[in-house]
Amino acid sequence: MMKNKKKYLSLLLSTVLFASMLSGCASDSDNAEEEGEEEVVEQTLTIADEDYYTRFKGDDVEINVYNWGEYICIGEEEGTLDILTEFEELTGIKVNYTTFATNEELYAKLKGGGVSYDVIIPSDYMISKMIKEDMVQKIDMNNIPNYKYIMDDFRNLEYDPQNEYSVPYTWGTVGIIYDTTVIDVAPEDIDWDILWNEDYADQILMFDNPRDAFAIAEIMLGYSLNTENEKELEEAAELLKDQKKIVQAYVMDEIFDKMGAGDALIAPYYAGDALMIMDENEDLGFVVPKSGTNLFVDAMCIPTSSKQKEAAEMFINFMCEPDIAYANIDYICYSTPHSAAYDMLDEEVRNDPVSYPSDEVKEHMTVFVNLSDEASKTMQDLWTQMKSAEDETTSRWLMPVFLVACLLAVIVILIRRHIKNKKDIF
Amino acid sequence: MKQLKIFSVPYLVWMLVFILVPLIMVAYFAFRTADGQWTIQNISDVGQYANIFVRSIWLALLATVICLVVAYPLAYALSRMEKHKQSTMLLIVMLPMWMNFLLRTYAWMTLLGNNGIINNLLGMIGLGPYKLINTSGAVVLGMVYNYLPFMILPLYSVMEKIDKSVIEAASDLGCNSRRVITRVVVPLSLPGITSGITMVFVPAISTFIISRMLGGGSNLLIGDLIEMQFLGNSYNPHLGAAISLVLMVIILLIMTVMNQFSPDDQVLI
Repeated sequence: MMKNKKKYLSLLLSTVLFASMLSGCASDSDNAEEEGEEEVVEQTLTIADEDYYTRFKGDDVEINVYNWGEYICIGEEEGTLDILTEFEELTGIKVNYTTFATNEELYAKLKGGGVSYDVIIPSDYMISKMIKEDMVQKIDMNNIPNYKYIMDDFRNLEYDPQNEYSVPYTWGTVGIIYDTTVIDVAPEDIDWDILWNEDYADQILMFDNPRDAFAIAEIMLGYSLNTENEKELEEAAELLKDQKKIVQAYVMDEIFDKMGAGDALIAPYYAGDALMIMDENEDLGFVVPKSGTNLFVDAMCIPTSSKQKEAAEMFINFMCEPDIAYANIDYICYSTPHSAAYDMLDEEVRNDPVSYPSDEVKEHMTVFVNLSDEASKTMQDLWTQMKSAEDETTSRWLMPVFLVACLLAVIVILIRRHIKNKKDIF
Repeated sequence: MKQLKIFSVPYLVWMLVFILVPLIMVAYFAFRTADGQWTIQNISDVGQYANIFVRSIWLALLATVICLVVAYPLAYALSRMEKHKQSTMLLIVMLPMWMNFLLRTYAWMTLLGNNGIINNLLGMIGLGPYKLINTSGAVVLGMVYNYLPFMILPLYSVMEKIDKSVIEAASDLGCNSRRVITRVVVPLSLPGITSGITMVFVPAISTFIISRMLGGGSNLLIGDLIEMQFLGNSYNPHLGAAISLVLMVIILLIMTVMNQFSPDDQVLI
């Protein structure tokens, strides 16, 4: 669920880079101070069963890993592990690592063919879609002894009921980010209906993606997040249409800037990213509404087209090594389904209700599964209709009339030119 | 001459492989269903998005007209300047294009935001805040800002070639300055006008990032719609291809009408 974040982040980064070049040595000394304050804890890697990883040594095996942008720890910060290099050194398998920005991009790329990946990390609903379309293959869990670390809560979830196709990597929730200086409501009283509160007209941001937006409306109406009932979907769309007049903008990653700069007061977003925005703007708070929300899981899968299944399984197992899982989650800021990594986290993080909500809150969370083609088409149509609702007054006939007028104009001009040419001859 | 023709072969091959073949594939996809049947369903489905088409055409036309009105006097003034001044001015016109397109549009987001620089400045003198961003006006502004150089450059290059003596002759023969413009400069610069309009209108009508960033997601354009079909939740490349095809036909029609206004032997697309 990192969406296009990487793109915008790199944009920002390049600006920051340029600015820091200008400010020169001044910022250097600042950095040194900051680093001095934070203790650098050297991350270490201990592997219980090293023999397991040596099978492919010297065989020149390569695997292609396709992951979200900025979704793995590669040792950018001092003292952290460079996971890909560690894996290559340990196993002798070469990793070709590439990244994507949305589940749909991943799907389109795999569906288009012509590429071969060995490990991919899609989200829940995309996994169930890929299972249905036979795009991912069963994983031999005997080859992944570290699967034992995965918490029971994250086994056999709806998108992969037998847990045959996927090994959970991270998870998170959707909640509401809000400006605590303006919205003077106790966090436990904040619920999804605040996004429909007209007092905050034009200060509300909303998901620019139908699945997440519909989910919020469906929670409010008390329907399942995975409903395929056309009437329920229509009601949800109606609710979203009501909201449209007080929504400032439909955004995804732009949330980072808009909430960071205080351009808007309320926005629903993913918990891990919310933590990052809250780092930027201290006035912000985040709450997971009690009435329920979506719990998303990103999990590792092996596409059907993989030619190195065993090496891919080895990579997945490596990602589940406690030290590796900890290094990753420490870098990504999402929540981990890995029990050993969870135990290694700071007390403060473990008790943070944003990352690790209480069981009581968790009870009301639902995991997305893939909708049938028909239901997702209905949802998409309703969404497009909702978004372009403003001009319902323009008649359906405007377009054809315009086209016919253009055609007529062309014909008239051609005839005129023909006549003129004839005249020129004489 | 023959040697020159040989050198054009690489581009011809390029054109065949990367322009012609993909175009045929777009048309092919537009008439197929997901299970490999021939159909015209996709094309007829495009009809339900008529309002989005109308809005895109309208906003793109608006941006084109504004570009033309702004660029024409500027290009004329530019072409009448001394040579060394011309190159400096041209540099200034080109300068924004050295920066990445996304970054420039991104900057407008910071400028126009509710807490943005413009609203802050207005706030200092007790005005506003005004709703600047997330409106169709902001989208048009983004289009004008990004595509203005594409209007100025062709206009300038045509006007630069208008001989000073032609204008002097017109004045000598009794034209006042208004008539010099309407009877001499405008007719001579027509090819520049048509190619400028094409260069602005075509990218403006199919843009999606400008409307996403400045339109707040509630000002859908055709570009957004097509992008949704390929990378959005409704993965439907067949409908996406159909929309693209219809868009191409519409642009072609509009361009044909446009080209009738330029002299017969100077049709530029």
